[in-house]
Amino acid sequence: MQFALLIYHSPEEFDMRKNDYRDPHLGAWRAYYRSLVDARVYVGADALEVPETGTTVRLRDGKRRVQDGPYADTKEQLAGFIILELPSVDAALEWAARCPGASIGAVEVRPLAKEALQRGFTG
Amino acid sequence: MNGSNQENTHRTVERVARESYGRLVAYLSVHTHDLASAEDALSNALVSALSHWPQDGVPQNPEAWLLTAARHSLIDAIRHQRVVLESEPAVKLLKEDALETIVAAECPDERLKLLFVCAHPAIDPAMHTPLMLQTVLGLDAVRIAHAFLISPKTMGQRLVRAKTKIRDGGIQFEIPQEGELPQRLDAVLEAIYAAFGIGWDDMAGVDQRGRDLAEEAIWLARVLLQLMPSEAEVSALLALMLHCEARRAARRAPDGRYVPLSEQDAKQWSTPLIEEAERHLVEASSRGRAGRFQLEAAIQSVHAERARSGRTEWPAVMFFYEQLIRLSPTIGTRTGYAAAVGEAKGPEAGLAVLHGIDPDDVSAYQPYWAVRSHLLQRLGKTSEAKDAYDRAIGLAEDPAVKEFLLQRRG
Repeated sequence: MQFALLIYHSPEEFDMRKNDYRDPHLGAWRAYYRSLVDARVYVGADALEVPETGTTVRLRDGKRRVQDGPYADTKEQLAGFIILELPSVDAALEWAARCPGASIGAVEVRPLAKEALQRGFTG
Repeated sequence: MNGSNQENTHRTVERVARESYGRLVAYLSVHTHDLASAEDALSNALVSALSHWPQDGVPQNPEAWLLTAARHSLIDAIRHQRVVLESEPAVKLLKEDALETIVAAECPDERLKLLFVCAHPAIDPAMHTPLMLQTVLGLDAVRIAHAFLISPKTMGQRLVRAKTKIRDGGIQFEIPQEGELPQRLDAVLEAIYAAFGIGWDDMAGVDQRGRDLAEEAIWLARVLLQLMPSEAEVSALLALMLHCEARRAARRAPDGRYVPLSEQDAKQWSTPLIEEAERHLVEASSRGRAGRFQLEAAIQSVHAERARSGRTEWPAVMFFYEQLIRLSPTIGTRTGYAAAVGEAKGPEAGLAVLHGIDPDDVSAYQPYWAVRSHLLQRLGKTSEAKDAYDRAIGLAEDPAVKEFLLQRRG
């Protein structure tokens, strides 16, 4: 089964990205990725630029609505995602707890809806 | 009724609930085998206590009061069930004698039977500890879910499923026969120790929740010892947990930094807890062959000895691990053995022990990588050590442990 770990950062944690490589938090992230790969559960991952760089688009009654900034107006914002191949949600929660993001912001675990995607393509 | 009175009553109800919960659930379910109904009845009784006691005063015998209230609630529920069930003859009706026994005046301590039911071989081993925490100690599913890192909804469903199996699956509320006893008792001890382990890993000292769970496990072991005072492994388990508990304060520096066992200030260890642990260990070892928990407690006892002698007898630690591996060759035991060999005979010998473990078994096992990185570093294999440190850091959950390992990694 594949799971997404959705990483939510506070503004302070986004700021930490500017720190140099000796920052312990960044060191913890590097080590975390390393163990995901070595444990052979890693499928893919990416980080997102800071929320202010986002632009949100909606179409309402045929009219375009474009909004500066991220979709959700919350303090903690989506900062990146990791896709893992794991036997169960229990294992996914364990990896989420080890994620350095969990001790500052939050990590949401969600199964990938492969079936829904498939139906979209074939149905 | 004023606020402080209400608060006092609240505290009394909490205290009585803590002391009597398991006794009452065990007693109310021992004949019906229906844990969920017993718990519902008791929680109704507790709610009722919260509304009656502030006005009427706390009764002389709070436990008897709760029992009476819970009985009434349970009997109402059984009668109601019966009306519903009578239209479905296929469904097993609750036995008439069960009802009569619940009404009986005395309330014998049936917690031992309840403990054996929670750790019954027909129940998923992963649910043994959660069941015990809920039915014997009255912890709610949400709190158990936090500790076990499972979604509260899922934990709730798993608990319900386990209780249904106990009610309908013919699981007997009884103390196992002599031939069966060692194995069945082992499952009970494992479940209690699992609760302690979770409380222990759970960032002691920083997070109140973790501390509580370790305390709950010690409480459970004390209850069990009271019920089975002559079982060596029960005394040994309590000794093991008390030895670990004795070091709680020393595991963190005042600024929150993680302090490994070898660097802990032995003066900060609790002497009364160590002495109590030693008494239980002596008691256990006077009763014959050493079981798993006796060996684990003996290892902790060697570590505790440093408070007096100023040094750790690593060969003794190694010796007890050798015995332990014979009983249970788990990854944890073998990793602990490797660490002891590393100290007693040098890092190369320790690494040789680690090499004997299948790498697939340890791809997500943090202590293996922590020991490995330390041994490699002592050998001066800097780059290999850094790789192993990364694995240990990535697999750690506690930020203080991560930071400690990052510093060692350099």
